[in-house]
Amino acid sequence: MKKEGQIRIPSGCAVSAVISREGKRMTGEKIIQSMVPMHDRSNGLGGGFAVYGIYPEYKEFYALHLFFDDNRAKSECETILKEGFEIVKSELIPTRKIPAITDEPLIWRYFVAPLKSVLASLQLDDKEYVARVVMRINSEVRGAYVFSSGKNMGAFKAVGYPEDVGEFYRLEEYEGYCWTAHGRYPTNTPGWWGGAHPFALLDYSVVHNGEISSYDANRRFIEMFGYKCTLQTDTEVITYIMDYLLRKQKLTLKESASVIAAPFWSTIARKPEEERKKLTFLRAVYSGLLITGPFSVILGFEGGLMALNDRLKLRSMVVGEKDDKVYIASEEAAIRTMEPNVENVYAPSGGEPVIVRVKEGAL
Amino acid sequence: MIIDAAAVGYRELNEILAKGPGKYEIKNCLGQRFIGAGTDGKEIRIEGIPGNALGAYLNGSSIYVGGNAQDAVGDTMNDGKIIVNGNIGDAAGYAMRGGEIFVKGNAGYRAGIHMKEYKSKIPVMVIGGGTGSFLGEYQAGGIILVLGLNAPKIVGNFPCTGMHGGKVYLRTSGKDIVFPPQVSFHLSDGAERAEIGRLVERYCGYFGGDVKKIMDADFITVRPNSGNPYKQMYVSN
Repeated sequence: MKKEGQIRIPSGCAVSAVISREGKRMTGEKIIQSMVPMHDRSNGLGGGFAVYGIYPEYKEFYALHLFFDDNRAKSECETILKEGFEIVKSELIPTRKIPAITDEPLIWRYFVAPLKSVLASLQLDDKEYVARVVMRINSEVRGAYVFSSGKNMGAFKAVGYPEDVGEFYRLEEYEGYCWTAHGRYPTNTPGWWGGAHPFALLDYSVVHNGEISSYDANRRFIEMFGYKCTLQTDTEVITYIMDYLLRKQKLTLKESASVIAAPFWSTIARKPEEERKKLTFLRAVYSGLLITGPFSVILGFEGGLMALNDRLKLRSMVVGEKDDKVYIASEEAAIRTMEPNVENVYAPSGGEPVIVRVKEGAL
Repeated sequence: MIIDAAAVGYRELNEILAKGPGKYEIKNCLGQRFIGAGTDGKEIRIEGIPGNALGAYLNGSSIYVGGNAQDAVGDTMNDGKIIVNGNIGDAAGYAMRGGEIFVKGNAGYRAGIHMKEYKSKIPVMVIGGGTGSFLGEYQAGGIILVLGLNAPKIVGNFPCTGMHGGKVYLRTSGKDIVFPPQVSFHLSDGAERAEIGRLVERYCGYFGGDVKKIMDADFITVRPNSGNPYKQMYVSN
């Protein structure tokens, strides 16, 4: 098939999420069902899920999920992993054969810990080392792709409708305190397994509905800091931007939202002085990371999530809650599939981040 | 006729609705799109959440929604009415050219974007709560009334951007709202308040509420500054 750069497909998407503020774990059944009323927002060329809290027995280890085209790619990749990691477990990710999902690559997961000696000699912390190895594999090993690399979390994605992808990966057998989901309607790139959402790096995962028009400006900026965009997909660059702003620049979630969905200068001019100064600073310093064009994104991270619309709000997003759970989706119908009696349903404004955290001590 | 929409797709649902004139009650609606699209002469009552583009191209039917509705309600509708006893999503009444939309609660972004009118065809949208940003964006005609009841803000940012026709009535004195330079507003005068009053009466008829109390407030009328506020902006005209 033709890959990124060989074909452009002109053209929506669906996103959905649920999180328990009490840290209660849920199976994947409801989040899968939530994608059903939004079926027509996807076209079968990509679906996926990210889930947090699924590997408690291996929570000290990075869980690497990989696609391999063939055994050559797998052994090449394993050579790299053995150089820098203790591998405590490697296994095929269990899947179910269903007619709706075909042409699957080899799908493996590895629970790994970076070798202390390697970190010491490179003078890197473990997260930075893992991120660099992910970049290296994804850009240098032909036919291998790390699509999930966080601790106690995992992304699962494929070409197909999200309901089918959930069934394929047996997600009803996993339990997590936070789930995000995506149904893809690819706009500029062909649908293949790596290009499905979520995009994930370390514990950050992003599902995205939209099509950003600042992709290349954002890519050029972020690639200065060691990130390698290999898929020409806007969601990939959003994931790296969030990792850069949060992990490397140590911005807060709210600040990072003010960078990527910065208010208009005319809106900033009307803010109280303190806030105006801060917003001006963020827009000036990180001007290359302003994301323009339509987006609604849900960022998953360890212990929480953040949902955000572009500042013009060119995509839909609805939030609701019930008891300990908060629900977010492109359509209210999706939320009501998960919780028919959802309360406080509202649509956040463009550029207004919705941040939900599991309460302290619950995890 | 009662239709249980649980597990019924939008195509099937709309095929049933298209069969003939009559009254329909849709139960367990959950996200089915295009309900009643292009129809006339029907009365459709919906329990549950209708999907996007409810009543698109509506041509005379009446649609009643018991709760919230999603995006693009009444997209390009030509005639009829849509009554929503809850909130509605973004881009309600997109390019609407006739008929009426009444919403009890709030509207999302871009309500009434590019509404238009021609002679006796004057579309009307009444929103009881507040609206998101870009209310009446590129409005070319028609009437939008926003009451701001139980809403922290009556409108979001950038209301009436690109407006070049029609009018927007807001229940406010307007002093905290920043409008673009191409539009201006004045306190609604007697004839305008009479028109507002008739719409408020109908609003209260659908959803309840005290007409007198609602009318006991300042209203403003927002209009484009001239017949052609964007003269020579894009073409020499």
